[in-house]
Amino acid sequence: MNVAVRPHLVDRPRSVSLPASRQGLHPRIVEEDPPFLVVEGVSLGFGGTVALDAVDLSVGEGEIHAVIGPNGAGKSSLINAISGLYAPDSGAIRIGDDRFSRVPTRHLARLGVARTFQNLALFRGLTVLDTVTIGLVDSQSAGLGAQVLGLPHARREAREHRERADAVIAALDLADIRDRLVGTLPYGVQKRVELARALVAKPRLLLLDEPMAGMTATEKQRMSGDIRAARDSTGTTIVLIEHDVGVVMSLSDRVTVLDHGRRIASGTPAEVQADPAVIAAYLGLAFEAGA
Amino acid sequence: MNPDLAFFVEVLVGGLLSGVMYALVAIGFVLIYKTSGVLNFAQGAMLLFAALTFVSLTERGVPFIGAFAATLAVMALLGLAIERAVLRPLVNQPPITLFMATLGVAYVIEGAAQLAWGTQVHGLDLGIDDTPIDLAGILVSRFDLFAAAVAGLMVAVLSLFFRYTRTGLAFRAVADDPLAALNTGLRLPRIWAAVWIASGIVALVAGLLWGARLGVQFSLSLVVLKALPVLVLGGFDSILGAIVAGLIVGAVEKLSEVYLGPVIGSGIEGWIAYVAALGFLLLKPSGLFGMRSVERV
Amino acid sequence: MAATSTPLDKSLPCLSAKGIGVVLLLTIAYGIVPLVGSSYLYEAILTPFLALSLAALGLNLLTGYAGQLSLGSSAFMAVGAYAAFNLSLRLPFLPLPATIVLAGLVAALAGLVAGLPALRLRGFYLAVSTLAVQFFVAWVLNRFSWLSNDSPSGIISAPPLVVAGLSFEDARGRYLFSLTVVTLLTVLAWRLVTSPTGRNFVAVRDNETAARVIGVKVARTKLLAFGLSSFIIGVAGVLWAFAYLRTVEPAGFNLDRSFQILFIVIIGGLGTLRGAFLGAGLIVVLPLLLSRFGAALLGDGFDSGTLEMCQRIVLGILIVAFLIREPAGLSALLDRAVRRLRPSA
Repeated sequence: MNVAVRPHLVDRPRSVSLPASRQGLHPRIVEEDPPFLVVEGVSLGFGGTVALDAVDLSVGEGEIHAVIGPNGAGKSSLINAISGLYAPDSGAIRIGDDRFSRVPTRHLARLGVARTFQNLALFRGLTVLDTVTIGLVDSQSAGLGAQVLGLPHARREAREHRERADAVIAALDLADIRDRLVGTLPYGVQKRVELARALVAKPRLLLLDEPMAGMTATEKQRMSGDIRAARDSTGTTIVLIEHDVGVVMSLSDRVTVLDHGRRIASGTPAEVQADPAVIAAYLGLAFEAGA
Repeated sequence: MNPDLAFFVEVLVGGLLSGVMYALVAIGFVLIYKTSGVLNFAQGAMLLFAALTFVSLTERGVPFIGAFAATLAVMALLGLAIERAVLRPLVNQPPITLFMATLGVAYVIEGAAQLAWGTQVHGLDLGIDDTPIDLAGILVSRFDLFAAAVAGLMVAVLSLFFRYTRTGLAFRAVADDPLAALNTGLRLPRIWAAVWIASGIVALVAGLLWGARLGVQFSLSLVVLKALPVLVLGGFDSILGAIVAGLIVGAVEKLSEVYLGPVIGSGIEGWIAYVAALGFLLLKPSGLFGMRSVERV
Repeated sequence: MAATSTPLDKSLPCLSAKGIGVVLLLTIAYGIVPLVGSSYLYEAILTPFLALSLAALGLNLLTGYAGQLSLGSSAFMAVGAYAAFNLSLRLPFLPLPATIVLAGLVAALAGLVAGLPALRLRGFYLAVSTLAVQFFVAWVLNRFSWLSNDSPSGIISAPPLVVAGLSFEDARGRYLFSLTVVTLLTVLAWRLVTSPTGRNFVAVRDNETAARVIGVKVARTKLLAFGLSSFIIGVAGVLWAFAYLRTVEPAGFNLDRSFQILFIVIIGGLGTLRGAFLGAGLIVVLPLLLSRFGAALLGDGFDSGTLEMCQRIVLGILIVAFLIREPAGLSALLDRAVRRLRPSA
């Protein structure tokens, strides 16, 4: 396969029309659904070390799909490859109807993809409201002149965007701190603000890199609820990385396990839990101790 | 030899030798950048301060060795003081903040040096005669050769230091991975202090050579502007890069001054090195010896 | 913290307090200063203060808001000043405001070109590339004597400040002219930083990768910042040459000037508009204070050379001290002072 440095479309498979009726529904996965995200044999290395080794992943529309594995298994690399921050050495990634050898990061929003980052990637100098509103930047149309002069369409657009941001802020219970600078907020709250920024544009695919890292049990529970509510209300497809096995098993529809950059198992939480390879590589200790 | 070619070679050699002087300044930057991620704009001011201190001492009758030792001590103290008073309180700040702080430090040192030692131009005679010598038909400045030898010696000493001493090895570990070095129990502050002292010494050597060349005066601190294109080209974190890039920049500057100057106008040495370095960087973003950096997200 | 008040209570008095402050300042600047000021006040303090404030405002857009460090601001001042001179010389029928806007646009164009490396380079590499602009512009201005109308010294006198038949030639007129230009551009800059585009600036500054991921057009945003910033700095250059010095010469737009503008921004407060004014105020007043103080302390021993060195030292110390103790600059100090003065509501 031709893998160029520049992102480009490899080919475009037959267009698969998505049933519009599914959008607002309660999309527990149905096996025959066409997958919304497909990772096809993606490999990725950094100067000798292999981060991903021919990884396959298939995520159905509206599915919450957890990626787990020990530290250094390649989970974050996978998310970074899906969002185009890393260029795979080989393989392809299909998002909706488009297939890429490298996903064009600057078009992610247009593709309907949003993500959060393992170590938070917030804009410290913006308020919570501005941070969430900027999540709609891709649908902004008013030009600079119209903004500066305050022309009616620019003001209308600004008001609409603010209202949409406020709705997400309210839903995630951030209204009290709406005008605070993000940099001044505690860690767990910042994590929710980042989720709000990702959710505001109603993405079709949401990539969450350890959304609950460093949180207390209560915060985790709340975050799980928020994630599930996001899926239930907009039907968004979610890929998340999480270490807490309990959370993963209760939250996700399907689970993929990575180890040393390779996929060693994929299936429903129950299937994965019973998989001997998984138990050997990773879960054994956690299950003996926890469940 | 064809006289045109001979002239070309002469210009080229002259450029390479002055490039050594650029590299000498650039190395001071690299030492600090490698360990603490600070682009120390005050390097030029330190160089001025060293040269001024040395020359003022010798003018007051202090013998060469004594003045050198005293200046060395002063520079070590200065480096230590900057590290303690400015850089340590700013640890973990973004690199740009640290850079701006060193701009402030440069202003303080420049002001203080001239307040203490005066603003007049001092001649500095290192006892090296600057008559050209004839090497296979090419005229080469004796002083340039001496400067190149000193620079070479200093690089050799630094390399030995980093290869064979405990502090040197620790320095390399810090440069490779500060976090890991911290975890293995290396004392970062001590290494930073050592590096600032080292860069103070480099500033002294460079200051003496540059001072002998240009006269010791305020404009000496502007040699920092000659080192920046070298750093851009060679990478802020590579001593080898600083040397090779210094040679390239010196050669490019002299050659373009001689061959391009008559065509587009004189005085281009003020910017030609910058344009050349940046042009190269735009074509090859990793620089001469740089590695492709992977951003952690 | 007013945790109990409703959001309305919180934002309204705050806004109006700011608004009242601005109106008050403008009333003093337009209504009272012209009545009581001396020409020393206009020429030595207020006009250079206004020009430097505007330049710092421009740099603050680029460095404080969009996070792109520039060490070549004065080059854009020079471009603006020389463009305005040549426009007024060669297109004498242009009214002065049009000349100034066009000169700003020329500077903006130069800024766009200077900003191109920002699409590939970051941090120090970018800062060094702005230095290249600094030296290149100085060289061009010296090299092509056509730009200074073939004047042998390279120093040229600025054209008179006349708008629609109204002369702003005396010291007070030049002050009022500068004040008006600065006020207009400050309003536009304020609209900009509170607009979605201003938000994009901050996003690119705070986390470029995240900005790109959520769909901020990073390259466009950076170029916009360079262009807009250079426009404002270019107009500041026009004020500096036409209203303050009344001559146009390359020497005044050197690296020291660029650093001075950067220092104004750092001391005043990165990423705040009023920081530019606070910082410029300090920078303009500092030498005056120092010379008074020095003369009182040392008598005749305090000559201009000593003053200059002391000024360098104090400035350097201020930079370091602000970066360590108050990275948000005088602007944050002012905030805190106001909060302390205001009775707790």
